[in-house]
Amino acid sequence: MKTGSKIFQWLDERFELTPVIEFMSKKKVPLHNHTIWYYMGGVTLFLFIVQVATGILLLLYYRPGSDSAYESIRFILTKVNFGWLIRSIHSWSANLMIFFAFIHMFSTFFTRAYQKPRELTWVTGFILLVLGMAFGFSGYLLPWNELAFFATKVGTDIVGVIPFVGSFLLELLRGGEDVTGATLTRFYGIHVAVLPAIFTVLVALHLLFVQRQGMSVPENLKDLPEEKMREMPFFPHFFLRDALLWMVVLNVLLFLAVFYPWDLGFKADTFAPAPAGIKPEWYFMFMFQTLKYLPAHILVFEGEMIGVLAFTVAGIAWMLVPFWEVKSRKGMKKNVMMITGVAALTFIIVITIIGYLS
Amino acid sequence: MKSFLIIIWIIAAMLMLISTRSAAQDKNPVFETDDCIICHIQIEMMPADFHQNDIHLQEGLSCAGCHGGDPSTDDPELAMDRERGFVGVPSRQETPEFCGKCHSSIEVMRKFRPRIATDQVEQYFTSIHGQKLKQGDKKVAECVACHTAHSIMSANDGRASTHPLNVPGTCKTCHSDPEYMKEYDIPTDQFENFTVSVHGTALLDNKDTGSPACNDCHGNHGATPPGLESVSHICGTCHANNLNYFSSSPMEKAFREMEIHACEQCHGYHEVIPTSDEMISVGEKSVCTTCHSEGDVGYTAAVEIHKDLTDFVQKYNEAEKKLQEIKKKGMDDVDILFALQEANQTLIHTRTLVHTFDPLQVEEKAEEGKEKAIEAINLARQEIEDFYIRRYGFGFATIFITIFVVALYFKVRSLD
Amino acid sequence: MKTSRRKFLNIALGTSFFGWIVSVIYPIFTYLKPPKIPEAVVNSIKAGTASDFPANSGKIVKFGRVPVLVIKTVEGNFRAFAGTCTHLDCIVQYRDDLKQIWCACHNGLYDLRGINVSGPPPRPLEEFAVDVQNDEIFITKKLS
Repeated sequence: MKTGSKIFQWLDERFELTPVIEFMSKKKVPLHNHTIWYYMGGVTLFLFIVQVATGILLLLYYRPGSDSAYESIRFILTKVNFGWLIRSIHSWSANLMIFFAFIHMFSTFFTRAYQKPRELTWVTGFILLVLGMAFGFSGYLLPWNELAFFATKVGTDIVGVIPFVGSFLLELLRGGEDVTGATLTRFYGIHVAVLPAIFTVLVALHLLFVQRQGMSVPENLKDLPEEKMREMPFFPHFFLRDALLWMVVLNVLLFLAVFYPWDLGFKADTFAPAPAGIKPEWYFMFMFQTLKYLPAHILVFEGEMIGVLAFTVAGIAWMLVPFWEVKSRKGMKKNVMMITGVAALTFIIVITIIGYLS
Repeated sequence: MKSFLIIIWIIAAMLMLISTRSAAQDKNPVFETDDCIICHIQIEMMPADFHQNDIHLQEGLSCAGCHGGDPSTDDPELAMDRERGFVGVPSRQETPEFCGKCHSSIEVMRKFRPRIATDQVEQYFTSIHGQKLKQGDKKVAECVACHTAHSIMSANDGRASTHPLNVPGTCKTCHSDPEYMKEYDIPTDQFENFTVSVHGTALLDNKDTGSPACNDCHGNHGATPPGLESVSHICGTCHANNLNYFSSSPMEKAFREMEIHACEQCHGYHEVIPTSDEMISVGEKSVCTTCHSEGDVGYTAAVEIHKDLTDFVQKYNEAEKKLQEIKKKGMDDVDILFALQEANQTLIHTRTLVHTFDPLQVEEKAEEGKEKAIEAINLARQEIEDFYIRRYGFGFATIFITIFVVALYFKVRSLD
Repeated sequence: MKTSRRKFLNIALGTSFFGWIVSVIYPIFTYLKPPKIPEAVVNSIKAGTASDFPANSGKIVKFGRVPVLVIKTVEGNFRAFAGTCTHLDCIVQYRDDLKQIWCACHNGLYDLRGINVSGPPPRPLEEFAVDVQNDEIFITKKLS
């Protein structure tokens, strides 16, 4: 114990840790019937940590390249001890991470946590979600199997419809006119270097904002007198609950990885005709399916182009919600923001379901 | 300044001259020295089938090389003077001897190709074509009919009328023309049948020159329909094991006595269809029931062999399906792959053994193969089982995580 | 009473945390340990001892995912070729009577350099490099 406190003293002298500790010990988490949503961000963070850990492990054996990527994944799955587990966890955790990020985002939206002063927390959060989806898109191609190959082909095609810069972006993304080994190398670089770097910085910012500003309290509780506000200390109360939930999530993750391991699929044959039923990852489904419904031409413009533009505009609008939010006045029966949120959520869910049924 | 321009002009003109010169030099020198060709090109009286890559022309043998005459003079009278050796165009009857002047003489031919055969004319006269020609038939094929007169190329040359891929088309010119073949009383559907056969599709569609063309069975210059004795030997050049098994089977003797062509009876000849296991059965597609009927030994043998085969194939297919499943799941498929490969090899062997018509031999091999297939299936099962064993590990981890979670839960409770 | 319960709880927490750590660390450490076959794409294999290999014989060995035919000639030299016939993918064999490589399916023959000499095979068999070191046969892919 003595050595421990000595080390702490040594560090404290240099880095002035005491205020930090002070801050941490005083940190409180408000208690109310929406407290459950506070955990979603933490779960997403935990899954991100799992992604980093398993991702680094996969890097030890993975080899990018159209003639080695598939083979190396098969090698990981069949010859490397626990390789199947690491890979399966990486795949499942990726999906769960996006899933929890969505929940986290919508809960933030509906509890109005994005309002002043937390505008930038919301913006960074939204960018993190987009980056997470980019992670998913780039990682999906890396095993170089049939489904991934064609999904990437279709997915990158969509980039090509952007006016003026579309074809340039398409080539930039694919590393050529078509999806080839060159695309694989690019996606690999994006997936393991570019995205993690940006993502980590943004996560740090996001967390810093949260720590600095504390948890947001729902509107209806804000006006409560201070003595009526129930709270719990962040450490250890909230922290231990967080840890408990993380453990449960980890076990669910293990269960999924073991009982529903991710398939390897068949190696991509770049010249084979596309197999029937090519579907993107579920979190792209609503966009993919909507684009399918658009007519080939809207007025003089290409339908797809209009669709992509619409999604871009909607995404930016969503990201900037804190800045244009329609505040409901007292006595107003219908809440504009609530309707917007419910509409967006219903749209996403319904179209996704239709996408899977058709 | 002006003189400078002139110099540039002169240099440019010289360069152009040089470049046209070199293009002309690429051409066969015959076109500049041989007066027969020079003149005939000028008056546009060249043979319709003339091709400048003709092998004779390439070797420096020009018009006079075959037709005689004097290529060194541009006076047509002198050039085509019989006194100067001009022989003109030979008649069909004369053609074999005409070509044979050189081609039957190894002294002449060895200068060009030391290993070349010189028995073409001799062989030719043993063929139906040759014999009829001798009898005065003016329609049968002679050298030119197949080789052309002025675009003769080596059979290895893809453009040659005698290249394996082109042979069926060459023979077809006469043999598929009912009008032309009317007086000979032989069928004209060989080409048509051949194109749908295993050999025809392999050769013409897949360009597999290992697959036989007309001449591979009928011979080149000595073309005749293979006789009763030779059919099996001809097929046996490639299907060696099939022939061996057949020859030592009791069927061989029976076939010979009944004057049935060995392979052809069941497989056809020009229209050889891809084989199926249904052929050796008693079903609709059976070839056995042509002679055998219920109750005799052959009939029961067919039933047994068919059963052995289909049992084996069924297991094989099952193993194949398992392999795909394993592959897709991303589990270790190498050993299964090899077991299946062996099973496949055995399947080929078993199907070949059908030609012994001995149910015992077929059964033995089929069993061997079936075991291999079962081995593959078991390996696949084991893979899948291993897959389940992973769940114990999961259970183990779950215990710790659960205890940890429960302990955490109580810890949290005790704090509140 | 209360303190003993808290003590027990802390012990349970500590132990199960330790167990949890082990169940996370164990798979990771075994994962880090390189597998027996260290690479995804096989470039080289061992094909038994040279002195046990009878002269004038051949055998099929597994080279990653493809079969390879290893031959010891009458003179005692080793050669290795891809085991699949270039015609229709049957497995070839060494015929000690013909002293050549033979494919039973269509009577195709290859010489001891893997060159197709008769029958339908359209191409030579791909050759593999053979090295004998300390009486052990090593087969490697030839560099193109």
